[in-house]
Amino acid sequence: MAYSDKVIDHFTHPRNMGSFPKADPDVGTGMVGAPECGDVMKLQIKVQNDTIVDAKFKTFGCGSAIASSSLATEWLKGKTIDEAQKIKNTDIVQELNLPPVKIHCSVLAEDAIKAALADYKEKNRVATETDVASPVADEAAIASTV
Amino acid sequence: MKLPIFLDNHSTTPMDPRVLETMLPYFVEKFGNAASRNHAFGWAAEEAVDQARKQIAKLIKADSKEIVFTSGATESDNLAIKGVLEMYKEKGDHIITSSTEHRAVLDTVKSLEGKGKATATYLSVDKFGMVNPEDVRKAITEKTILISIMLANNEIGTINPVKEIGKIAKEKGILFHCDATQGVGKIPVDVQDMGIDLMSFTAHKMYGPKGVGALYVRKKNPRVRIASQMDGGGHERGMRSGTLPVPLIVGFGKACELCEQEMAQDTARLIAMRDRLEASIMKALEESYLNGHPTNRLPGNLNISFAYVEGESLLMGMKDIALSSGSACTSATLEPSYVLRALGVGTELAHSSIRFGLGRFNTDDEIDYTIKKVIEIVTKLREMSPLYEMAQEGVDLKSVQWAAH
Repeated sequence: MAYSDKVIDHFTHPRNMGSFPKADPDVGTGMVGAPECGDVMKLQIKVQNDTIVDAKFKTFGCGSAIASSSLATEWLKGKTIDEAQKIKNTDIVQELNLPPVKIHCSVLAEDAIKAALADYKEKNRVATETDVASPVADEAAIASTV
Repeated sequence: MKLPIFLDNHSTTPMDPRVLETMLPYFVEKFGNAASRNHAFGWAAEEAVDQARKQIAKLIKADSKEIVFTSGATESDNLAIKGVLEMYKEKGDHIITSSTEHRAVLDTVKSLEGKGKATATYLSVDKFGMVNPEDVRKAITEKTILISIMLANNEIGTINPVKEIGKIAKEKGILFHCDATQGVGKIPVDVQDMGIDLMSFTAHKMYGPKGVGALYVRKKNPRVRIASQMDGGGHERGMRSGTLPVPLIVGFGKACELCEQEMAQDTARLIAMRDRLEASIMKALEESYLNGHPTNRLPGNLNISFAYVEGESLLMGMKDIALSSGSACTSATLEPSYVLRALGVGTELAHSSIRFGLGRFNTDDEIDYTIKKVIEIVTKLREMSPLYEMAQEGVDLKSVQWAAH
């Protein structure tokens, strides 16, 4: 299995690896995948004035899954919510030169972006009205919404 | 110490230089066809093959006339199972095997089933990967003509109670085939004592060349007959036609001789290195789980699941160490290891498994390096893992409703 140089670079030097506090109203969290499938991605965005000012990821998965989510955080930074919505998995495939068997990694990354954006939007509608749920329930809720 | 390090000795082994040396004259100088009965070239080749046959037979306590050369263990498995099924079809068509056999056995049986030529029982194994001999007994029907159970598993190294199974087979008058690919040369094998009627093994797993294997076919008590699967010149007493690859066979013989002479010292060294690797990793990394039997396994085998990290990424992070993983991402089928699943290992832990396969040429320095690297990469990838983060926060991962894709 030969990895592209870009996959190896992202895997060896992951960009923006880490977490934001989920309860932060400026933060949108998307978690997709399942442990039984061998990959779970958590992608978080921090939004100010409709612009993504920061992004972070944590990924359980193969090198290509880690690289896809690392790349996604790089691309998200500086984008508006609407611009971020337009990131496509095929862009990731192209940039990382992913082979056909790894395309699902890019799909997962796109799903994670969409889930994070949806969570942010949802939260900024709901957070003003109700208290933020406990981390445990929150975690489950996020995973089950995507 | 040279990089990369080879710790994948279950997949294949490097050839012992002493084996190569023995083979060399048989390429250019002594190139004869062992089946040429009328000239010196043929005689020299035949003599070399006879000598190798003796060396091989000695290692497994067989008679040299009971060794049938093949291209490797896959062919031996095919020849044994298909050969017996075809030869004894009047007696029945039922095969008993286990769910953790190598694909060369499982797919052969499945293919026969698919063609309506056989019916099969796939025995489950215990949590260590062992077949229970009593399960074999219970699965026997009037139609059973073959029991095919492996000696040692290629992923987890667990050694089956072959002798007990052999006893049951004898008692019931059913032929017993054993895929001993991983075991021969590594642990003592005695086809008499173990009651084995047919046994597959191959040279390249025991520091011999690739491309040659053998099927042991019992000659006495009972005399086992198999239908040949390759028609031609009637080599190997009609059981496997095809010109014998003399240099490979010579190497196979030498490899067996070396394994026999050095088994005790190899085993002691391998166990010491393997146990040190295992203890150091387990001590440093919480939630690491041993797959397979804790004691009753191959000396060079170590299979561990590292919770919260995925196997392929582990391998990628240790590019200078050649290892293998049960992760789906490393298999062609995109399914995680069926062997680990058969043991009851959860799918997520099957994805997180790494197989270390130690061999004759590994050194203590290499093991030190591996210990350091494994701890480093598992720690790094856990930092990166959302599952680890959740577990640290006290989230029960099983209670989460994952969005499977």
